Amino acid sequence: MVSGRTVCRAGIAAALAMLLSAGTALADPVKVGLVSTLSGPSAVLGQHMRDGFLLAVKEMGGKLGGQETEVIVVDDELKPDVAVQKVKGLLDRDKVDFVAGVVFSNVMGAVVKPVTGNETFLVSGNAGPSTIAGAGCSPFFFSASYQNDQNHEVLGQYAQSKGFKKVVLMAPNYQAGKDALAGFKRYYKGEVVDEMYTQLGQLDFSAELAKVAAAKPDAFFTFMPGGMGVNLVKQYRQAGLADTIPFLSAFTVDETTLPATGEAALGFYSGAPWAPDLDVPANKAFVAAFEKEYGYIPALYAAQGYDAARLIDSAIKATGGKLSDKAAVRAALKKADFASVRGNFKFNTNQFPIQDFYLVKVGKRADGKVETMVSEKVFSNYGDAYAAKCEMK
Amino acid sequence: MSTTLLLVQILNGLQLGILLFLVAGGLTLVFGVMDVINLAHGVQYMLGAYLMVTATAATGSFWLGLPLALAAALVLGLVLERLVIRPLYGRDHLEQVLATFGIILFVNEAVKMIWGAAPLSIPMPDALSGSIRLMDGLNYPVYRLALLAAGLGVAAGLYVLVTRTRSGMLLRAGASNAPMVSALGVDITALFAKVFAFGAMLAAFAGAMAGPILSVEPGMGDGLLILAFVVIVIGGIGSIRGAFIAALLVGLIDTLGRSFLTDLLKLVMPASDATQAGPALASMTVYLLMAGVLFFRPRGLFPAPA
Repeated sequence: MVSGRTVCRAGIAAALAMLLSAGTALADPVKVGLVSTLSGPSAVLGQHMRDGFLLAVKEMGGKLGGQETEVIVVDDELKPDVAVQKVKGLLDRDKVDFVAGVVFSNVMGAVVKPVTGNETFLVSGNAGPSTIAGAGCSPFFFSASYQNDQNHEVLGQYAQSKGFKKVVLMAPNYQAGKDALAGFKRYYKGEVVDEMYTQLGQLDFSAELAKVAAAKPDAFFTFMPGGMGVNLVKQYRQAGLADTIPFLSAFTVDETTLPATGEAALGFYSGAPWAPDLDVPANKAFVAAFEKEYGYIPALYAAQGYDAARLIDSAIKATGGKLSDKAAVRAALKKADFASVRGNFKFNTNQFPIQDFYLVKVGKRADGKVETMVSEKVFSNYGDAYAAKCEMK
Repeated sequence: MSTTLLLVQILNGLQLGILLFLVAGGLTLVFGVMDVINLAHGVQYMLGAYLMVTATAATGSFWLGLPLALAAALVLGLVLERLVIRPLYGRDHLEQVLATFGIILFVNEAVKMIWGAAPLSIPMPDALSGSIRLMDGLNYPVYRLALLAAGLGVAAGLYVLVTRTRSGMLLRAGASNAPMVSALGVDITALFAKVFAFGAMLAAFAGAMAGPILSVEPGMGDGLLILAFVVIVIGGIGSIRGAFIAALLVGLIDTLGRSFLTDLLKLVMPASDATQAGPALASMTVYLLMAGVLFFRPRGLFPAPA
């Protein structure tokens, strides 16, 4: 027993020594810390983002901006305190040049100060809380995604332009849920007959759906992410409401939930700056490569992860790898000089994107799989409502 | 609010209650008979759903998949009892809580490694996939009615098992005085193993039946476990009858609270305040009920004989 343990320890020491020598043998690689949610019920969102980011790096031969690149993937566990700890490790121990990723806004809220305060660039792959878009904007923060309110605004605008007279709204009873309904109402001016807040994590919606049926609205809008959305979609279909009341949603039907809902979600609407079938050459190549590599259809999170990696790539290339010159890196990032899978993509003064937003609808592809498909463009060159509050120019 | 809507909501409440009963029934048996706090009961519910996903996919049929999934859950229950639970008999409840909490973490991660993190679904059996029109604009899936019937069937079966059979007699005896049962020559270890595995199978049955209407995903049992504990505390720990009544009560109160509380509050306060207060209060009703029951009957509605 004792000798066995000693042998084992010696083995580990030897392996460590080899790793260390291998590390020092290489020229300083570019280091990117990729923060994503990879455990817990929401892990699938983080998995999409990570896979999208890593695909871009892989396609460029494991390099960003022509430099050897090490991507350190960390799991934030959807816990702000855990995220801060791990991000501090990335900054202090690994001395990363960029931090990218972050799926959830509460995690972003916790890590934004440690990263930008350290004068390290933070490129969001998803979360875009209003605080960072507005007064709390930072020269070191770039969003490769969207501002949180925008996807809800797409549906509000659509409902308004369609002339829907009355709608029922539903969201989980927490901040993001309330923000979602507020975002919808920013553009929708008709009557909101009922506004329902459900418990976070609720799985059975039969009571709420009975109320929707009784209210007979022209449309139903919901924000119900993850497994809650899967249940809602299936139950909405089973209750027969799908045939009579249009289902408008944000972050509810997408490629992370469609494998579970399948055809139950056919014809359901969502709002997004991207869809797998978006007719942009870079996107066609991305979706094909992604499906070939991972065997599933990418969601918005994957597309944004992919764009985040290519944005960083463009900045390193433009500065010739001189990452110590922060002003030059920032100027290079601001140009957004890369072929986004979203086509139209440039940065606003608050370093959030100005891009197009679409109404997307769940449809069936030629190969029988279901995905979200662009139905119509709702906003063109659309910046967010908070940019004016940001003092950067 | 119309009478039809009220009736539909009562039906919804009963259905949630039945699902809760299937989970709480096993929990109360294990706690009452074996004096083991099994936090892992929620993951046994989840495992049932996942096993059902695999079994229905492999056999292509709901009806063949169900017995396979239940058998697998039973075997897993036996294994879990032998490996983790058996060394904990007679130990402190805190140690049982720690060990079974460890099982939750372990199984949730294992499930993610085997089946992936994305939510999965179980196809509804064709025979039950129709729906009936209960009110204007709202269909009620036949499957949900079948779930209600299956739950009532299990409740009746359990009642007969506990009160009318020899195993049931041993169960009741074990619940009131396990050392005495052992002294009378009954193999108490085997009895405990059977009870635990049976409880695991009941939870798996609930998971398998809920699969077609709910999404199957890691951690799906965690929220339900808390409600199941509320149910067995209200019903009286160890009492199947108590669990049944309490489950229906909790299901009804939760559903009716969610549906009508906001509207009721609108009668007495401004609408914007009501939309804030209603959902908050609705999520508390179940716990208020529990607090009320504990205040007046600290041992629950139907305490098992001491």
